[in-house]
Amino acid sequence: MIYTASPFAIGIFVAFVLAVLVLSSYFAKKTQSSKGYYAAGGTIHWAVNGIAFAGDYLSAASFLGICGMIAFDGYDGFLYSIGYLAGWVVALFVVAEPLKRFGKYTFTDALNYKFNSKGIMLTAAISTLVVSVCYLIPQMVGAGDLVTPLLGLPHYMGVVLVGVIVIFIVATAGMTSTTYVQFIKGGLLIVLSTVLTIGILNKGISTQPYEGYHQFKSIATTLTNEEVSAVSDSSYTIAGAFKDKSNHFVKLQKDGVATWWQVATTDGNTVLKEALSMTKTADGKTLYNGEPKEAKKFFQVGHVSKLIVDGKEVDETGAMGPFEFLATVDKAEIVRFAKVAIKDGHDKVTIWKQNPTSGKDIMRPGLKFKVDKGATFMSRLNFLSLMLALFLGTAALPHILIRYYTVPSPKDARKSTIVAIGSIGFFYILTLFMGLGAMTTGVLDMESTNMSAPLLAKYFGVTLFSCICALAFATVLGTVSGLIVAASGAVAHDLMSGFLGIEMTDKGQVKAGKIAAVVVGCIAIILGILCKGMNVSFLVGLAFAVAASANLPAITMLLFWKKTTSKGIAASIVVGIITSLGIILLSPSTYADVYKLPSTQAPIPLDNPGIISIPLGYLTLIVVSLLTQKKEKGAAA
Amino acid sequence: MSHGPSTQWEEDKASDYKSKLGMKMFIFYVLVYAGFIIINLVNPKAMGLIVFAGVNLACVYGFGLIILAIIMGLVYNYKCTRKENELNK
Repeated sequence: MIYTASPFAIGIFVAFVLAVLVLSSYFAKKTQSSKGYYAAGGTIHWAVNGIAFAGDYLSAASFLGICGMIAFDGYDGFLYSIGYLAGWVVALFVVAEPLKRFGKYTFTDALNYKFNSKGIMLTAAISTLVVSVCYLIPQMVGAGDLVTPLLGLPHYMGVVLVGVIVIFIVATAGMTSTTYVQFIKGGLLIVLSTVLTIGILNKGISTQPYEGYHQFKSIATTLTNEEVSAVSDSSYTIAGAFKDKSNHFVKLQKDGVATWWQVATTDGNTVLKEALSMTKTADGKTLYNGEPKEAKKFFQVGHVSKLIVDGKEVDETGAMGPFEFLATVDKAEIVRFAKVAIKDGHDKVTIWKQNPTSGKDIMRPGLKFKVDKGATFMSRLNFLSLMLALFLGTAALPHILIRYYTVPSPKDARKSTIVAIGSIGFFYILTLFMGLGAMTTGVLDMESTNMSAPLLAKYFGVTLFSCICALAFATVLGTVSGLIVAASGAVAHDLMSGFLGIEMTDKGQVKAGKIAAVVVGCIAIILGILCKGMNVSFLVGLAFAVAASANLPAITMLLFWKKTTSKGIAASIVVGIITSLGIILLSPSTYADVYKLPSTQAPIPLDNPGIISIPLGYLTLIVVSLLTQKKEKGAAA
Repeated sequence: MSHGPSTQWEEDKASDYKSKLGMKMFIFYVLVYAGFIIINLVNPKAMGLIVFAGVNLACVYGFGLIILAIIMGLVYNYKCTRKENELNK
């Protein structure tokens, strides 16, 4: 899709970045000690820390990813909101206070508080690095995606820009500036999402989303031997066709422009329905609906085809309350677009065909995660596994865990978690309205699910669009900053000082942390550029699954099982990392999305590893701990 | 390098109470969350039933899980703070 940079948007973006840099420089003067660098001196107020938690947690995946998934797949995207929020219950009731009580700068400290084991230092640091990098890549990729519409810059420039700013933030003032950036961003995100939701409810739903919305044509056709032999509109000529078990398309030519049409039968009559297409020609050109990008023929889509209010079919609803909005979508029929990839000679064609879907199907699980129609045992197991990983992953994410060390006491850790649950929960409720709003307002860019929320904001004017884009960029900045602090702590504090035993002064620890932040930041820039186009949700899911499998068994068993040994913890972390990564790398989704191979060739028929790797982590910890009881007791004596 | 806590504080006599209360509330929430998953797996059509103000069970249950987490968090904090004030005088 074509995006045009707006000077106003650039102005807001530049103002925000300057504010962040000034804030970091201000805090840099106050950050001289390692406690100041890694844990903001442990002096952050619980309310500020709570909103900063929200800033850390509501990453690009939450704001851009969930809204986009709801806009494309309905309620199934909202399952992520439910699972991500439920995960905070584990954080509050199980890990918040003990982690604060036993830790210092990193969650490795908490795991190791009674063992002082080199094995735990090494494995927990590796786990922190693996999870942080898995989480960093999608943020950097997301930054590149956002910079294109906002500033008109290429993808790699966005990645470099985020990398440089974040390295500056982290290397100057560490956790203090990161906390305040997250606080501002978290607060603004909730305020602007509320404004957007009020806009959606105030506007209501209409079958004609806006003036100039593309009207999709239908052409009567004649079939001979199940092939299209003639069309009723004589200005079109048949230029090709594609047919397989589930799809039948025809390529029509008009004024030298080729477009793709879906062959569909309605009420016994066969018609051609206009589709969207992107063609990558053999000579390297990319055509959108048969024309170059500049012709702007790749329309924004998503509309309601049938709207029912009080039992009558209407064209628009007017302003609605939140429950009325959801009830109206439930009774409506919405035109979604299904993606189909085909080959046309030497050209690769992606077609998005119209897929009218009942509101009843949109408003409950099943469009993306098969639990009803077409469900199999494996699809149900995948659903169960995803919900398990989302629930258990939150309390094991390193950049979330380190935020418990920025407040003065366990009581403050608890209170800040409750502020986080309230603000994040409120935001996640809004995601359903923003996602459904984007689905029905004709703003969707079929090439990028991630742009659904910013494009919905654009519908309400360039000011809101600019603010939302700058905020989404800030979302990336804040989350990446937190991840880099966590990763630099793992390298400098856990590996260099703890595992390798390198003696460092307090200032030396800060210097090591800053150097580690620069190195991790540079690696993140390189990976962000290399991973352009990779599936963002896939990588975030990977981070959650690895965190839940590697870290959570160690944290919870240490707190609640007295027989836990250091070797049991180290072994469970290793098994958790290897099994979760192994299952993901051999899963059908990875085969299809990453290796570009048929998903049927995947050796493991499961996409979400949690259902296997999390219990395996617990089992490993129990077995190894029982086997090493005498040894560790002997050593302790 | 020291791996002690970042800030020193006095012994928390309410620690056991908070831990037990946290575990009970966690188990309660797990049961409600499990109910949501089980309905989806066993009787997914039930999620489409209209249960409140024209809104289906999927939305009401989903919002309910989010709001329940917030309410339980507030109750937990209230009970913990009261116990801390009582025992850590």
